Amino acid sequence: MDLQTTIYLVVGASFALYIGIAIWSRAGSTSEFYVAGGSVPPVMNGMATAADWMSAASFISMAGLISNMGYGGGLFLMGWTGGYVLLAMLLAPYLRKFGKFTVPQFIGDRYYSKSASTVAVLCLLVASITYIIGQMTGVGVAFSRFLGVSSEVGIYVGMGIVFVYAVFGGMKGITYTQVAQYIVLIFAYIIPAVFISVQLTGNPIPQLGLGSSLIGQDISLLAKLDSVVTDLGFGKYTTTTAGSTLNMFVYTMSLMIGTAGLPHVIMRFFTVPSVAAARSSAGWALVFIALLYTTAPAVAAMAKTNLIRTITPGVVMLHADPYLAESQIQYEERPDWMKRWEKTGLLKFEDKNGDGRIQYYNDKTKNEAVKAKFDAAGWKGNELTVNADIIVLANPEIALLPNWVIALVAAGGLAAALSTAAGLLMAISSAVSHDLIKGVFAPNISEKGELLAGKIAMAVAIVVSGWLGLNPPGFAAGTVALAFGIAASTLFPAIMMGIFSKKMNKEGAIAGMLAGLTVTLFYVFAHKGIFFVKGTEYLDLIGGANSFFTITPEAFGAIGALVNFAVAFAVDKVTKEPPEHIQHMVEAVRVPRGSKAVDGAH
Amino acid sequence: MQYNHDAQGYWKATLGLLTKILIIWFLVSFGAGILFAEVLNNIMLGGYPLGFWFAQQGSIYVFIALIFYYGKKMGDIDREFDVHED
Repeated sequence: MDLQTTIYLVVGASFALYIGIAIWSRAGSTSEFYVAGGSVPPVMNGMATAADWMSAASFISMAGLISNMGYGGGLFLMGWTGGYVLLAMLLAPYLRKFGKFTVPQFIGDRYYSKSASTVAVLCLLVASITYIIGQMTGVGVAFSRFLGVSSEVGIYVGMGIVFVYAVFGGMKGITYTQVAQYIVLIFAYIIPAVFISVQLTGNPIPQLGLGSSLIGQDISLLAKLDSVVTDLGFGKYTTTTAGSTLNMFVYTMSLMIGTAGLPHVIMRFFTVPSVAAARSSAGWALVFIALLYTTAPAVAAMAKTNLIRTITPGVVMLHADPYLAESQIQYEERPDWMKRWEKTGLLKFEDKNGDGRIQYYNDKTKNEAVKAKFDAAGWKGNELTVNADIIVLANPEIALLPNWVIALVAAGGLAAALSTAAGLLMAISSAVSHDLIKGVFAPNISEKGELLAGKIAMAVAIVVSGWLGLNPPGFAAGTVALAFGIAASTLFPAIMMGIFSKKMNKEGAIAGMLAGLTVTLFYVFAHKGIFFVKGTEYLDLIGGANSFFTITPEAFGAIGALVNFAVAFAVDKVTKEPPEHIQHMVEAVRVPRGSKAVDGAH
Repeated sequence: MQYNHDAQGYWKATLGLLTKILIIWFLVSFGAGILFAEVLNNIMLGGYPLGFWFAQQGSIYVFIALIFYYGKKMGDIDREFDVHED
C-alpha cells in the first residue's frame, strides 16, 4: 500500500475510534458530562489530563525546536513539566476545595467583585487565543503534509476541522475519548523514537539511547553530534544555551508558572473527586506527560543526527570529511521525503553555489576557523531551510521507517492539536458566554442565547487565530510559549495570592492583573506586532530586540508576574482590607475537610 | 464556619512542606539544569554530560517524585491535624 493511502487509513481509523467512544460513553452517562473525572480512576484521569495538555506545541513542534537549539531547548522540557509541581502544591487542591468550575468564577468570588472576574476573562481570552494561534500553526503543518498542500491551505482545512470538532463539543468532556487520544498520541511519539534509537545506538529505550554510544563506534551519540554540528558552524549541541543564561532562567520560570495559570489545565482539577485526588492526579498526569517529554530530547538529537546523515551520508557513521564535495548528496538524488515536504513549502532548497549538491550548515557562524573551511570548500551560503515544526512529523520519513509508522505519527499530531484546540475553545466559549455576557452584560439572557453566544465566540476565535496563524509570531511552540507568558503574568499571581494571602483585596488583584497583562503585552507586541499583526512592531520604542536584559519576548512572562505581584501588594497596602467573610472563606479553602461536589452553577 | 482544629499549626506545617519541596524543585531545574549546568557537564552519566542530563531528563524524574511525595506528606499532615476528608 502506498504511503498516502496508509496515512488516510490510519488517521481515519483514529478519528472513527474517538467518535465511536464518544457515542458509546455518551449514551450511558449524559449526567456525568461535567464531572467526567468523578467516577474515573486517578490513573485514567491522569491520562486524560495529559492528552488535554499535550498539544501541537508538545507533539509537533517541541522536539524540532530542541533539535535546533540543543541544550537550551531543555527550557521547554523543564518549564512544561516543572509547572505541575507548582500546580499540584500551590493551586490544585485549594481550587478543588473551593468547588467552582472556572477560573474567572474563582477570581470573581475570592475578590468579591464582578470587575475582577471580567479582568480575569480578558486575561484568559488573550492567553487562550494566543495559544490557539500556536495550535493553528501546528495543525497547518500537519494537514499540509497529510494532504500534500501548502501550509496556508493546511491552516484553512485545519480551521474547518477544529470548528466542527469543537462545536461537536461534548466529546471533549468525555474522559475515555481523551484516554484513547492519549494512547494514540503516545504510541505515535514513542514507536518511531524506539525504531530510530535502535538504528543509531542499538538501545531500544530512547531515554537510554540518547546517552549511549553510536552503533559500531566507541563515541557517544551526543559527543559525535557535538563534533558534527560544530564542523558545520552550529553551536555545540550539549552546551548551547537559549540566549543568555538569564534568559533561559526566566524563560523556564515563565513556562512553569504559566502552566500553573492556564485555565484549561486548571479546570481539570476542579472536577476530581476529592482534595487528596487533586494532589495525586497532578502526579499521574505528569507521569504520562513525562513519557513524551523524556522521549523528546532523544527524538530531537537523533533527528538532527539523521538529517545531517541524509545530506552528508558518510559524516556521522563513517568519518567522511564534511567539506569534500563527494560527501554531500546531489539535489537530484535527494530522498523522497524531501520531495514530499518541498510541496508544503516548509522545506526549501536553493542551489546558491550551483554545484547541484546540498550544503546544509550555519553560514552565520562566528567561528572564523570553520568559516575559512566553508570558503575553501566553495560554499556560498546555507542551501537547505528546514522549518523546525516539520522535524517530528518528518522524523520517521528521514529514518526511512515503515509507512504505518509515518501514518501513525500524522494521526498522533492531529490528535494532539485538535484535542487541545477544542479544549481551549471550550474555555473561551464558557468565559465569554457565561462569565462575561451572562455574568456582567446581560444577566437575563436565555440558556439558548448563552449557548449561541458561546458558539459565536468560538467561531470568532477560530477565524482570528487562523488568520494570525497564516503569519504566525513564531514556531508553534514559541507562540504557545507566549501564551504561557501571558497566563503567568496575569492569572497565576491572582490565584496564588487569593489562596496564600488572606489580606489581598480586590483593588490589589485587579491592578496586579492589569499591570502584568499590560507590561507583558507591551514587550511582546514590540517584537511580534500589535496583536501579532505583522508590520506593526515597535522595537525602536523599547530600544531594539530583547532590550530588557537580553530577555526574549517568550521569556518575559516571569517579569510580568513579578510586576503583577509588586503592583498588587503596593495597591493592597493603600486600600482597605477584604471583608471578614472573604477572609474566613480563604481559611476554609486551606483545609481539605468539608470538600463537596463541584457546584458550578452552570 | 467554626473550626476546632489548630488551623494555624496546620497552615504552618503545610507551608513548611511546600518550602522544602520548592527548594528541591529549584535546585534540580534552575540549579543543576541551568545555573550549575556548565560545571556539572564535566561529570559524565553514561554518554550524557550531567548538566545536560538534568536539563533534559533528570529534572523531570525528580518533579514526578516530588508531587507524589507531597501528596503522601500532605495526607499525613491532614490526619495529624484531623482535617482530612471523610
